[in-house]
Amino acid sequence: MRYTIYGAVALSVVVLGLAAAFPWLKLPLILALCYGLAALGIVVLLRAGQISFGHAMYACIAGYVVAYLSQRFPHLDGFALIGLGTLASLVAGMLIGAFVVRYREIFFGMLNLALSMVLFTLLGKFYAYTGGTGGTDGLRVGRPTLLGVELARNGFETALLVLVLVCSLLVIWGVQRYFRSSAGEALMAMKSNEMRLEYLGISAKKLLWQGYVLSAGLCGLSGALFGLSQGLVTPEMGYWLRSGEFVFIAILGGSGHAVGAFVGALLYEFLKMYAAVLVSGAWQLLLGATLIVIIYFLPSGLTGLLRKRRAALGGEQ
Amino acid sequence: MLALLDGVSYAGLLFLVALGLTFIFGVVRILNVAHGSLYACGGYAAATLGLWMGQGGDSLAASLGALLGGALLVGIVLGTVLMLLLRQFQDRDPILQLLVTFGAFMIFEDLQRMIWGTQPYFVSDVVNQMGTSELLGVVYMNYQLLFVPGAAVAVYLLLQWFLRRTLMGRQIVAVTHDREVATAMGINAKRVAYLTFVVGAMLGSLGGALASPTTSLVPGIGADMIVLSFAVVASAGLGQISGALIVALMIGLARSFCVYLMPELEVVMPYVIMVLVLLMRPQGLFTVAQARRI
Repeated sequence: MRYTIYGAVALSVVVLGLAAAFPWLKLPLILALCYGLAALGIVVLLRAGQISFGHAMYACIAGYVVAYLSQRFPHLDGFALIGLGTLASLVAGMLIGAFVVRYREIFFGMLNLALSMVLFTLLGKFYAYTGGTGGTDGLRVGRPTLLGVELARNGFETALLVLVLVCSLLVIWGVQRYFRSSAGEALMAMKSNEMRLEYLGISAKKLLWQGYVLSAGLCGLSGALFGLSQGLVTPEMGYWLRSGEFVFIAILGGSGHAVGAFVGALLYEFLKMYAAVLVSGAWQLLLGATLIVIIYFLPSGLTGLLRKRRAALGGEQ
Repeated sequence: MLALLDGVSYAGLLFLVALGLTFIFGVVRILNVAHGSLYACGGYAAATLGLWMGQGGDSLAASLGALLGGALLVGIVLGTVLMLLLRQFQDRDPILQLLVTFGAFMIFEDLQRMIWGTQPYFVSDVVNQMGTSELLGVVYMNYQLLFVPGAAVAVYLLLQWFLRRTLMGRQIVAVTHDREVATAMGINAKRVAYLTFVVGAMLGSLGGALASPTTSLVPGIGADMIVLSFAVVASAGLGQISGALIVALMIGLARSFCVYLMPELEVVMPYVIMVLVLLMRPQGLFTVAQARRI
């Protein structure tokens, strides 16, 4: 609990401080927090020892739902859009989850990848409805009202930043509660030995399904917020590279604590901003190489350092 | 008829790539995500070599040599690099090993883009040199009709012979069954793993090389191929060689019929088959049931 409060306070101070000092950083900060939300979804699965290479599809689903609704019903409030987008991802996660939780490790990861590829190709094929691949010609998302208040661009961004931050803090608190609950602890036990878990009378499938739906919802929330802040959704939101980025952030942050994903996401976003200037053509290369280096030296991520320190202090808490 | 032949030709390619993937998995127990970039690099290398040699003289032998030479070279070099990399992570969590190959995949994708650019490559000398033949009123290229499926079958038979009749092959089979016992019997499991990795990598890049004359090489084919060949491998059951042949044929045919009947669904078809198979038999079609370890 103590770490949750420290983490939450530090995160809000850093985000709000940076946004106040450098107003042009607002959008990157929003995007970083969105990435953090999605990466937290991956972290949930990571705790169960599973990895998904296709979770960007949930962000993509939510993004498209938001875009559609905002075009069809221009007067819908921003909160309603976010809620409905996330709900769509949750429902998709429930359905797809019921199928994929029967598989573990490689099958689990690759099935998710396959499904996200199907979604990506379909979105690209039916470009008449979806805007197709190509970056510039996706679906536009209008700027909605927030709780009935109409805002100009700058004010909207500030409001969105606060909204994303509040969402993130609530999610950190909630997910950390989940990790500490009996279901969350059992999910962790799945990683070490699933068989024993079943002997204890706990259904591993059901447990993983819960985790999967949670992670799909988190990615959906991230996608809905992402779509709103960008004002544009494209099929690239569901490309495997995006899923790879989520996995990267999750590994960087580590699965020790829910704050880790957000710290990882902030680091990642700034790394990306500088790398885009320095080595524009070799972004994937840098990402892949860093991933391997992290796995080699820091297999439990940044939050793994925290746990090491806690162990060194004599296991208080 | 055209769909049938197309399907067989496509299945041949798919089989070669999937074979490499399943072969590596059988021994090392790692799903090599970077296998997709082996396919892509094999294709590019063969195309480049073909272009380079094509300036000297354009005999059939030279073009074929370029295809095979490119594939083998890429397979050996990248296979060795990957093996050395993965050896560093031997005792880690399987998820982390999977992620390491994913990282390697990202690196290779970019390297390949840096070397060969984003423009599509298209080298089709071999296809023209082999000529065409007429079958039931349909003109068909010999390359696709005979050579690709022929190569796939030849590789399959060769591999079966190698695994069953030679000492090294039998050692590989032994390690696949039980690494610990095999090591206790005096088999050098490390060497076996290395050999398997290189052979598997060569199969992957051979698939790419054979595909290069008939498809244009663009960035991103690696990602498509790894998912497709995984669909084959998963439907057949991980580590099943004969199963991969049958499923590759199934998926290849289904896909090419789809091209003629419902072109929109072409891309989705392999996944539909995989999902159907896995729904009915979660371990794949041809897997022998294994005891769960506690």
